[in-house]
Amino acid sequence: MRRAALFLALALTFIARPALATENVTDFVLNNGMQVVVIEDHRAPLAVHMVWYRAGSADERPGASGAAHFLEHMMFRGTETRAPGEFSERVAANGGNDNAFTSYDYTAYFQRVAADRLGLMMEMEADRMANLLLRPELVETERGVILEERNQRVENEPGSLFREQTSAAQFLNHPYGAPIIGWRHEIEALSREDLNAYYTRHYAPNNAILIVAGDVTPDEVRRLAETHYGPIPANPAVTERARPQEPPQRAPRRVTMEDARVAQPYVTRSWLAPERDPGDQRQAAALVLLSELLGGGQTSVLTTALQYDNPVAVFTSAFYGATSLDRTRFGVVVVPAQGVGLAEAEAALDAEIARFLETGVDAEALERIKFGLKASRIYQQDNVQSVAQRYGRALTSGLALEDIAAWSGILDSITGEEIMAVARDVLVPERSVTGWLRAPEADKTANTEVMQ
Amino acid sequence: MKWLAPLALAVFAALPARAEIEIEEVTSPGGITAWLVEDHNIPFTALELRFQGGTSLDAPGKEGAVRLMAALLEEGAGERDAQAFAAATETIAADFDYDARNDAVSVSARFLTETRDEAVELLRASLMEPRFDEDAIARVRSQALSAIRSDLNDPGAIASREFARLAFGDHPYGRASDGTIESVGALTRDDLVAAHADALARDRVFVAAAGDITAEELGGLLDELLGGLPETGGARPGDVAVALPGGISVVEFATPQSVAVFGHEGLPRDDEDFFAAFVLNQILGGGGFESRLMQEVREKRGLTYGVYSYLAPKDHAALYMGRVASANDRIAEAIEVIRGEWARIARDGVTEAELEAARTYLTGAYPLRFDGNGPIARILVGMQMDGLPITYPQTRNDQLAAITLEDVNRVAAELLKPERLHFVVAGQPEGLETTPGQ
Repeated sequence: MRRAALFLALALTFIARPALATENVTDFVLNNGMQVVVIEDHRAPLAVHMVWYRAGSADERPGASGAAHFLEHMMFRGTETRAPGEFSERVAANGGNDNAFTSYDYTAYFQRVAADRLGLMMEMEADRMANLLLRPELVETERGVILEERNQRVENEPGSLFREQTSAAQFLNHPYGAPIIGWRHEIEALSREDLNAYYTRHYAPNNAILIVAGDVTPDEVRRLAETHYGPIPANPAVTERARPQEPPQRAPRRVTMEDARVAQPYVTRSWLAPERDPGDQRQAAALVLLSELLGGGQTSVLTTALQYDNPVAVFTSAFYGATSLDRTRFGVVVVPAQGVGLAEAEAALDAEIARFLETGVDAEALERIKFGLKASRIYQQDNVQSVAQRYGRALTSGLALEDIAAWSGILDSITGEEIMAVARDVLVPERSVTGWLRAPEADKTANTEVMQ
Repeated sequence: MKWLAPLALAVFAALPARAEIEIEEVTSPGGITAWLVEDHNIPFTALELRFQGGTSLDAPGKEGAVRLMAALLEEGAGERDAQAFAAATETIAADFDYDARNDAVSVSARFLTETRDEAVELLRASLMEPRFDEDAIARVRSQALSAIRSDLNDPGAIASREFARLAFGDHPYGRASDGTIESVGALTRDDLVAAHADALARDRVFVAAAGDITAEELGGLLDELLGGLPETGGARPGDVAVALPGGISVVEFATPQSVAVFGHEGLPRDDEDFFAAFVLNQILGGGGFESRLMQEVREKRGLTYGVYSYLAPKDHAALYMGRVASANDRIAEAIEVIRGEWARIARDGVTEAELEAARTYLTGAYPLRFDGNGPIARILVGMQMDGLPITYPQTRNDQLAAITLEDVNRVAAELLKPERLHFVVAGQPEGLETTPGQ
């Protein structure tokens, strides 16, 4: 058992008077292996209670995509002793709100309540960790809800369908290639046994992280956690996660999707990229800064080149998923201006990235970005739930508290040379997926240009 | 479920009955007032400005002018062109956000304590001295047109726009607040200058701040920030009655899931029954899993991922609105269930247990909303826009707790009119047709 107060000091080097953002964090481990993190913020009489499982959609059995998310829905449909819907009903009857979310690497459940209601939240959350009852008729009703969720989030949004396609093209072998919500035909086929198998295998205290943030003390949290979560036995079947890994990508891949509902065509390109690893976060930090430099705001490289100097685009951006258990993606988006074809937009993107790889990092821009990242950490202190989520995402992505503590300092210490080195390493054609999304019949000339 | 009522009662007594915040009213030497909650825990300030009026100030044919104007405020001001302005705000890590809705232009800012002076100067320049450079207008106009085109292919946006058109006709509420391809395409720099003069004025501004700033400091910066505003702006439109008969309007759009936007007339925010209606809506469709609409449409029948209703009091009209989305072959059933619930609650009212659960939730959740500088500043400026007294957070829960079953059921019978409920459905809904005569 370990107990350490962790203070993250963010010294602002850019201006005369340094500001400090402090996070008052305590951690310990219960006897059954459940990790506990307490983040104190006594400004409002509020507690955010979260349980994060180190299990997400990438931990599903092949052919059972959507099981993690389906199970997340069923966790609100009753236990051996609690009626369907009773969980949320009691949270609401205590003036609180609750919800849950599923991602590739984690599934998390949370409640926002008055701090003196924490014990009840733990009692109910511990109950559904160990005693879930999957009622067959409710599995069927919930399947309808989930298919409508998929309709709303994906089938009705050509941009979401397109993301599914480009993501599947990027990951040939790793389960990140399947959507978190699941492929439609597999959601339709998931059985109660599939859900139960996932639950039995992954939902256990030694595979969970309890995060309590807000107007609480570590002593109180420890006492309540030992009372409510302590009695649940560890599951010896929980093992280190080992998913099928991606083979080296040796050829550029292209996806062109047409959908009549597309009003605004665009082009994306993404590359396989390294993620934050325990004790090894410098490359990922350099990629965070690279994404800011390329597409992080009005003064970024792509925005300046493609929206100001040679205005071929109405919107440009860069994205990078730094916090991830396995290999992740770095990407850029260009939304061309009216009358500009996707081929022309892609050529302008190519030219600008090539120019950036030649000229290197603008030192002033890098300083601005580093200062902005420090400030965003200060602004984030205002929302204790988002601080808690940052910890939950990192801890379920294989990182340790030490890595979280070190992250700001690493970001601040990255040099322009390190950014250029990782840029040259990652932004290579053979590891890329280029995607075009457009309406049918649009851009025929552009199409012939690229097929030459 | 029988245990719920006594449990809820016990809980209600124990929860904090009011929000524990202290709001100060600050008046600058120049006579501008603001509401403030000081909190020095984190070295930044959240500042919220609201200019009453918003896109409803757009003249006929100039739809989208206020919105485009608001988007251009940060695209060059004073000595700085768009990129110089962006670089200056990034250098001090200040965040400014400008938006325009039917009844207000809103400006949300947050800035670090140590760069407050620079941030206030940049914000002032954006509000008082926007440049409206031709190249910036062209760039932002192309972004606005892109968004309008995307909305024309979005079933939710299609349904909302059609509902507004049917409900409000030629009133500004009935016209597209983002503008149309034609109107935005034709806007000139002069139109934007005029929209700026109409929308941003002393007689319609509300200010709230929360965070690492004292009353004296806030009072000092108000005159610098807003003292240069013109005394008065453009004339606001008059009130409008909701002109919508009950029924269904289908807007054909090829997509797998239909989106339905529904509603009828509602209650103004200052109506004496507003609290009772608010509690009523919490029970009917207020967003939680416990609402009747969620229970009947989602939890029992699996017809949707989400269904909700809400009171929408605007400055010149009041609506009671809702929204649901279901696959094309299921939306008709979802609508039938919603109509049925609307009629049932109007006819039979709510139960004492439902009322108690709703009151307990609403009063318990209220103090938890004040959980940071950003949320507090937004709540404070919203209170001023609604004409609420500065003591409102101290009395709000008592007012809510005083609502009786008789109040809620009387308001349910008066306010909810199932025969007046109109559904605008965008998609390819099976078994639904536009009601004849629309």
